[in-house]
Amino acid sequence: MQRYVCDVCGWVYDPAVGDPDGGVEPGTAFEDVPEDWVCPECGAGKGEFSPEE
Amino acid sequence: MKDVFKAQKITEGVYWVGAIDWGLRDFHGYATHRGSTYNAYLVLADKVALIDTVKAPFKDELLARVASVIDPKKISVIVSNHTEMDHTGCLPEVIEAVEPERVVASKNGAAALAQHFPATTGIEAVEDGATVSLGNRTLSFVETKMVHWPDSMLSYLVEEKLLFSQDAFGMHLATSELFGDNLPRALLEDEAAKYFANILMPLTSFITKTLEKVQALGLEFRIVAPDHGPIYRRDEEIQWIVGKYAEWCAQKPTMKAVVVYDTMWGSTERLARAISEGLKAGGAEPEVMPLRGCHRSDVATAVLGAGALVMGTPTLNGMMFPTVADVLTYLQGLKPQNKVGAAFGSYGWGPAGVKQVQEILGAMKVELVGDGLKVKYVPDEKDLEAAHALGLAVAEKLKAVCTKS
Repeated sequence: MQRYVCDVCGWVYDPAVGDPDGGVEPGTAFEDVPEDWVCPECGAGKGEFSPEE
Repeated sequence: MKDVFKAQKITEGVYWVGAIDWGLRDFHGYATHRGSTYNAYLVLADKVALIDTVKAPFKDELLARVASVIDPKKISVIVSNHTEMDHTGCLPEVIEAVEPERVVASKNGAAALAQHFPATTGIEAVEDGATVSLGNRTLSFVETKMVHWPDSMLSYLVEEKLLFSQDAFGMHLATSELFGDNLPRALLEDEAAKYFANILMPLTSFITKTLEKVQALGLEFRIVAPDHGPIYRRDEEIQWIVGKYAEWCAQKPTMKAVVVYDTMWGSTERLARAISEGLKAGGAEPEVMPLRGCHRSDVATAVLGAGALVMGTPTLNGMMFPTVADVLTYLQGLKPQNKVGAAFGSYGWGPAGVKQVQEILGAMKVELVGDGLKVKYVPDEKDLEAAHALGLAVAEKLKAVCTKS
């Protein structure tokens, strides 16, 4: 599954890992992450993420 | 004007052309008791570069200082290391006045500048590690995302081993003295700590990564020139400030306990005083900060150096007292690490205030001692003894965490 990078701080969302502390179970595709979810590192919104190249 | 406001030489070919804001006392909620400076720098090489600008009202002084050593229109490159308006306030006007060949910023910087100044076009994004040649001098850029904004980057003047460190290693201190080695070290440590506590505390993981990244690049720093406060040009002081940053990033607990409170009729205050006696009796070092006399930014500084945060609030209309809510909101954003703490306060008929403080401290991952000391109206002997005991308990907890770390 496609990984996504936070443009603000560089943190990588890996769907295999998810963000359990942030309420996102492992195995969740980025598209399915809730719209109000934020980057656990810097707080940036979902809109600040880009697909990892 | 150029005979009045002059450029100040830092080293061969590098000048300070910034502004001293003697009167500044509020920097977006940070009380700048000693004012500040906005540092901008001019590099006179085969090509001329301007590193950052200043807050908007000081534009004429900047341009006059530049003009005292060279015609401003000779500037061929302007570098924006950071988008925040204390450094870019007059960037659009300076660009218009100077007509440089290039204006560069990081990728996030170029995007952020476009949002700040939609009428200013042509700002070029530079990659992490990119360089700009000034002929006989080279500027190299190091992206430092979230130190302290997404757009932040450092500029390194390779041949002079001079780091333009932007906000890193900076402090709010208005002085006509340019260099740290001519200022008392205790003063620098005070203001550097305050700056770190209020601006950088939540970003320690990013700062640690940045320090590692810079180390890995193998760059030597002969001079460190921040965008606020004095310039460091001696090895010893550069090592000192870098060492302090590493120490502040680690946020190791200490025996210092900050007791912050407000009070409506003196009851919460009496509890605070009894708690501080208990802290002292237990071997901790209390610093009591009544909110009507202390500013949130000074509380943040105290918390940086402390192992414990003990917060007291009355209950007003079922809420914690507004000044307490202010400081807690502020501290919550600063994400202090490795703290022990407790909540306390007097109430009339519902101790909601103390409960709210307890909850927020918990959300901040403060290791809580007790469930919140709640006293109805005026504390009696037993209540003061309980407060004293709370202070003792926090001190015991501090001893345990300090020994472990």
